[in-house]
Amino acid sequence: MSRTVSAPALDKLLLDAAGIIAKIQALSEAIVKEFGKRPATLALVGIQTRGVILARRVADQLRKITGQQIPVGVLDITLYRDDVHAIADQPEVKETDLPFDIEDRPLVLIDDVLFTGRTVRSAMNALIDYGRPQCIRLAVLVDRGHRELPIGADYIGLTVKTTPEDVIDVNFKETDEEDSVRVRKWEAKKKE
Amino acid sequence: MGGKEEGMRLRYKDLLGLAHLTSEEIELILHTAAPFKKLFTRSIKKVPTLRGKTVAMLFYEPSTRTRTSFELAATRLSADVLSLAVASSSVQKGESLMDTALNLEAMKVDFIVLRHSVSGAPELLARGVRAHVVNAGDGNHEHPTQGLLDLFTIREKKKKMQGLTVTIIGDILHSRVARSNIWGLTKLGARVRLCGPATLVPADMRTAFGNGVEVTYNMKEALDGADVAYVLRLQLERQQENLFPSLREYHEFYGLDAKKLSWAKKDCLVMHPGPMNRGVEIDSVVADGPQSVILEQVTNGIAVRMAVLYLLAGSSSTLYVPAPEKAVERKAL
Repeated sequence: MSRTVSAPALDKLLLDAAGIIAKIQALSEAIVKEFGKRPATLALVGIQTRGVILARRVADQLRKITGQQIPVGVLDITLYRDDVHAIADQPEVKETDLPFDIEDRPLVLIDDVLFTGRTVRSAMNALIDYGRPQCIRLAVLVDRGHRELPIGADYIGLTVKTTPEDVIDVNFKETDEEDSVRVRKWEAKKKE
Repeated sequence: MGGKEEGMRLRYKDLLGLAHLTSEEIELILHTAAPFKKLFTRSIKKVPTLRGKTVAMLFYEPSTRTRTSFELAATRLSADVLSLAVASSSVQKGESLMDTALNLEAMKVDFIVLRHSVSGAPELLARGVRAHVVNAGDGNHEHPTQGLLDLFTIREKKKKMQGLTVTIIGDILHSRVARSNIWGLTKLGARVRLCGPATLVPADMRTAFGNGVEVTYNMKEALDGADVAYVLRLQLERQQENLFPSLREYHEFYGLDAKKLSWAKKDCLVMHPGPMNRGVEIDSVVADGPQSVILEQVTNGIAVRMAVLYLLAGSSSTLYVPAPEKAVERKAL
C-alpha cells in the first residue's frame, strides 16, 4: 500500500529506522522486566496489519534477550468494530490466526499507534471470544493521545502530542518503502 | 491505524444473481468468506458485526438446508432473525408478496432473504423495499448463494479456478443452482460441461452464457478429464412430465456411480447441492466416498452467506436494473 505524504504543508519525521529499532528494544526490555527471562506461556498478539509486523519484530528482539521464541498471533478486529457501517469504504475482513490456546496465557497485545482506544476495545472483545487469557497487556510504538475510551498502554515506545486531525504514519519496510514514523500536521494546511 | 485501509464494496444493494456480478465482486465475496469460515473452529462462533440488524426469512417454497444455513449465518453475525413460515403467515390469506415485504419494511427489517417459485420475484421485491434483498432461489432463474458456496468449495480444494473443467450433470433446464454455477464458473475462468438427457439439457445452453460452456449427452465424454463432477438433484416429479422414462433408466445413463466417476480425473471432486436422491442421481458409494465434498459444501454455505450479509450491509444503495435485451435473453431460457 503506498502512502502519499506530500499533501499537507508540514510533514515531520518522528522516528527513523534506528529510532524504531531503539523503541522496539525498549518495548522488549520492558516486557522482559515484567514477565522475566523465562516467560513460559507468554504470547504476543499483533493487530492487523502493522501491529503484526511490530509484534514479529518484538518477538525477534525477545528471542535475542531470552533465547526463547515467543509465539506471535495475528488478530483482525474488523468484525468487532463499532463503525463497520459508518465508514465509506467497507474494511476488508482479514485472517485471524492464533496458533496457540489463549486460555490462561499472559498476552501482550501489540499495535502500531494508540489513538481513540476503539481498536484496542475491539481487539479485547475479539480475544475474549477465543478464551480467557490470564492477563492482557498493551504495547504500542506510538501513543498519540485523544482517547475516547478508558484505555491505556502498558508499554509505550513514543508519546507524541497531536491534534485529532493530525495523521501518524507508521511505515515498515515489510509493507512500505522505509522504516519511519511521521506526523502530518493538518493545521498547517488550514492556514494556507 | 495510521493510514486508510483500502476497501472494495459490492455495487448493488441486493444479491439477486451471479449473472450481473463482476468477477471482482465474486472474488470479493469468496475472499471475505475465508476468515468467516475460520470462526467455526472457535468455541464461540459468533461475532458482533451485525448486532441490532434484523434479517427476515421469507420462504414461499419449502427448504430446510438453505433456510437453516441463512439463519445460522445471520445468528453468527449477531443479527436477529425473523422467520416467516408461509403456511402460518398472511400469505395464506392472499396477501401479495409486495404487501408482505412492505410490512416487513415498516417493521424496519434490514435484510429480506427470499425464496420464491417465480423467477424474478426477488428483483421485483428489491425495487420496492429499502432492505437488502438476498435471493435464496427463484424459480428456474438463480440461486446465487448456492453458486457462491460451490465456487468457494472448488477454489478451496483446487486452489484455483482458471482452466478447471466442471461437469454439471442432471436437469439443467429447471435448475437455478446450475444457472448460478454456470455464471460464476465461467466468470472465474472455468470450463463448464453440461450433461443429462436431451429433454433436460437444451442445446442452446452452449451459447446462452457466453463462452466456456459445452453440452454433451454422453457421460463418458462429459467426465473425461473433469476436475469436478457436480450432480444436480433430480426432481422426481419430472418423470410425470415425461422428461425421462424411468428412474432406473436415468440412473443407468446419468446416475453418478463409481464406474462413471472413474472416467474423470483421479482427484475429481464430487459435489451435490442436496438433498440427495441416493441411488438415483448419485450412488452412496460416491456420495460418501473420499472424493465427495458434499458436507463441506454445507459448512462453506454458512461462511459464504455470512460474507454476503456482511458485504451487503456495507454495499451502496444502488438498485440493479437489468438491460432490456438481457431480460429478453432470460425469458428465452
